[in-house]
Amino acid sequence: MSDTDPRLREIFEAVAQAIIAHADELTELDAAVGDGDHGHNMKRGMQAVLGELDALSAKPWNDALKAAGMQLVLKVGGASGPLYGTLFMTLGKSLDMPPTREGVAAALQTAIEAVMARGKASTGQKTMLDVLVPVSEALAAGRSPAEVAEVARKACAATKDMLATKGRASFLGERSIGHIDPGARSSLIIIEAVAAQLGDVK
Amino acid sequence: MSNVGIVIVSHSPLVAEGTADMVRQMVGDEVPLAWCGGDPDGGLGTSVEAILAAIDKAWSEAGVAMLVDLGGAETNSEMAVEMLPPERGGKVVVCNAPIVEGAVIAATEASGGASLQEVRRTAEELSAL
Repeated sequence: MSDTDPRLREIFEAVAQAIIAHADELTELDAAVGDGDHGHNMKRGMQAVLGELDALSAKPWNDALKAAGMQLVLKVGGASGPLYGTLFMTLGKSLDMPPTREGVAAALQTAIEAVMARGKASTGQKTMLDVLVPVSEALAAGRSPAEVAEVARKACAATKDMLATKGRASFLGERSIGHIDPGARSSLIIIEAVAAQLGDVK
Repeated sequence: MSNVGIVIVSHSPLVAEGTADMVRQMVGDEVPLAWCGGDPDGGLGTSVEAILAAIDKAWSEAGVAMLVDLGGAETNSEMAVEMLPPERGGKVVVCNAPIVEGAVIAATEASGGASLQEVRRTAEELSAL
């Protein structure tokens, strides 16, 4: 008996490749409001995930998410490492096996709460949470992957007009307004990659 | 009874090493001391693995006080503390204090045999000034 899922490898690979492909864009966004290392850091973390792809695909979803999160914690280097690492690790720890839509929605909510605790942040502060929280709500409401991705796109765009009160961008005060948050953008890239892999799965 | 250890975590290895140099010169060798800085590729940033190694190097049964600079250094340090085995995790604190002054004052306090809580409190008084 096996808990492995052939889609796991494809989804992890798609997420990692999407982040790597957008690394320069993430770094440019971060240069505007932060210290300009977000793309580079996330790329390094996702390359580590790609390097572990064989080992990850041999695991069930919950263990694979925990292992991928640990790679991000160890390899990313910036604050996004522990934040995304906590997201993935808590997702894995909270996920009831086998995964169901309800189970994933519940685990994502728990994981987001862990990210809030790690970053001492909440929504409305121009962070990744401003994408992840509406995504979690859409998922819990039973929306399709394509609809969830659309929610994420709108939520990411909405960070442009927000005032950053958390992280490095908060040092800029009102000058942070007018730029999309790099963490919101990287969260959107991950959500879009997962949604594209799941297609019309309900 | 051993003295509290001090760990310095900066985005820049130069800042971390320079801060450690100041501690050594001003306080001396009675305090276990370690520093780390730079991301896993050697650029500006911090690395959880390097932070864990620094905590190990400065380990003392009396505990370890950490002095960190901005954002990711704090988040990565808190992550590292949570990844320690439980018997160690409860003896490591991240001080809310300026990194250079905090490290010197914390090490001074630690060199006199102060407890981890006293070391932390003294360092954090700097932030209230």
